[in-house]
Amino acid sequence: MKSNTNNSRSVNSTVGGAKRPPRIPIGHWLGVLPFFVFSGMFLIAPTLVLAYRSLEGPEGGLTLDNYRQLASDTVMNSYGMSIKISLTTAILGGLIGFVIAWVVSMGGLPPRFRLITTTFSGVAANFAGVPLATAYVFTLGRVGLVTALFKMFGVNLYKTGFSLYSFFGLTLVYLYFQIPLMVLTILPALDGLKREWREAAENLGATQIQYWRYVALPVLTPSILGTMILLFGNSFGAHATAYALTGGLFDLATLLIGRQISGDVLHNPGLGYAVAMGMVFIMAFSIFIYSILQRRSERWLK
Amino acid sequence: MTTTPVSPAIATNKRPVTTQRLGSWLIYLVVSLYFLIPLAATFYWSLRGKKDVLSFEAYRKLFADTSFLPAFSQSIINAIATIFLCLLIVVPTAYWVTLRLPKLRPVVEFITLLPFVIPAVVLVFGIIRLYSAPPLLFTATYNSSRVVLICVYVCLSFPYMFRSVDNGLRAIDVRTLTEAAQSLGANWVTILFRVIFPNLRVALLSGALLTFAIVIGELTIALYMAQHTLGPYMSDLTRSKVYEPSAMAIVAFAITWAAMGIIDFVGRGASRQAQKTEAE
Repeated sequence: MKSNTNNSRSVNSTVGGAKRPPRIPIGHWLGVLPFFVFSGMFLIAPTLVLAYRSLEGPEGGLTLDNYRQLASDTVMNSYGMSIKISLTTAILGGLIGFVIAWVVSMGGLPPRFRLITTTFSGVAANFAGVPLATAYVFTLGRVGLVTALFKMFGVNLYKTGFSLYSFFGLTLVYLYFQIPLMVLTILPALDGLKREWREAAENLGATQIQYWRYVALPVLTPSILGTMILLFGNSFGAHATAYALTGGLFDLATLLIGRQISGDVLHNPGLGYAVAMGMVFIMAFSIFIYSILQRRSERWLK
Repeated sequence: MTTTPVSPAIATNKRPVTTQRLGSWLIYLVVSLYFLIPLAATFYWSLRGKKDVLSFEAYRKLFADTSFLPAFSQSIINAIATIFLCLLIVVPTAYWVTLRLPKLRPVVEFITLLPFVIPAVVLVFGIIRLYSAPPLLFTATYNSSRVVLICVYVCLSFPYMFRSVDNGLRAIDVRTLTEAAQSLGANWVTILFRVIFPNLRVALLSGALLTFAIVIGELTIALYMAQHTLGPYMSDLTRSKVYEPSAMAIVAFAITWAAMGIIDFVGRGASRQAQKTEAE
């Protein structure tokens, strides 16, 4: 590790010293200019505009009124449900995804299954949105295949209180893209566990449980936690799946924004912008923690 | 382990390994069912388009729908435009940041994280707010809105494209290649298009296909910008038709699968080739 950084530094300094340009030609900035123009126009400026509008009252002038209204029941219910679903799917998806990654990398399955699993995970992690919602309607909706199968065995799912259009149903749907994301992100970390550590632990007389408890898990913890936080953000910002499933009528922060800004009944753009800024804040926080934890885990796993 | 004589300790050690393997299979099977059942159920429904017999009627009806092909082709064109624009922007940026302006790397990496921080539903209202009124009236007509939509997609693809290209650049020796080309008298455009691009083929292809998979069925931004692309079309379909949505979901799944499959296939071919050249 140490020699590594030394190495790269010496390489950089010799190269920099050999051909340090006397000035930075304008042409060099031209290469990165389109990138900054695009991200400025279509990512940063629109967000700043919303931030500004969220501070604007109905008659103009700066005010915190919109943010005060965040404390209302509708907003709090939506945020609460978004957080509840995101936490649940992050933890469940994280645990199940971790177990699957472990099973295909060191659980004794033929190597071919690892390849199938990673390819399928790539597909499923990007399958979110309308098609995923549709697939679940045909599976567990009121006339879904599994619902019908349950009925054949005398169980009416929708009379037991189950609904696809509820917290439980949405959790089930979201896990379809959360688990694969966990598998894809955590597999490299599992690969980073060095064989020598296990051998050293075994030579010192550690059992498998002790190896995991005192060696592997402590090394993996930042990766696991970091990825779970990534999953949290992934679910928190998800809009299309929930919109397609519930027609936008469920109490979720993303759906509430849509209803407040473009909607018919609730229409209150100022509040919508404040809700949106709250979301950006929560997302920024989770991505920030994720990158810190990711950096920590790189200390061991590289 | 294999050379040591069989001792009781090893014999007892062996049993947990088999139960462990059995446990692995069991877990894998259960989770596989969770992932396969929705696909199987959807596929089953998609074959039920005709009464009492299994048929591809739902698919035929879907493709015969007068608004399906326009929406589909519009999404494909949007995706291709996004990919080309994104490549044209990201490759020079990643290249310059690697070679000429390493100080800018943290800034560029930060910006490529933004699409994860700003949810699509938030971003689209910012876009509408900013560009649907003078002085920046960019969304006056359907086609100008479409250009804005593509530009937003380009920004949303930055994280995937930048990471692919950056990984690709790390795998080749950019500096040597550039200096070799320069000493042969090539200018920057020649270097980019005839040296860097061809060497990044695999990285560019995976970034492009990932972008394709994400853009092709995108709903949120297209919906609020009132674009008649595949995402809003699919969303309407689920509300108006019975069997076609299932056929549509299967088609969408097949497209995603094809994109990801090609990425895997090409990526594996490349790493095998790399091992080969390394061995030589």
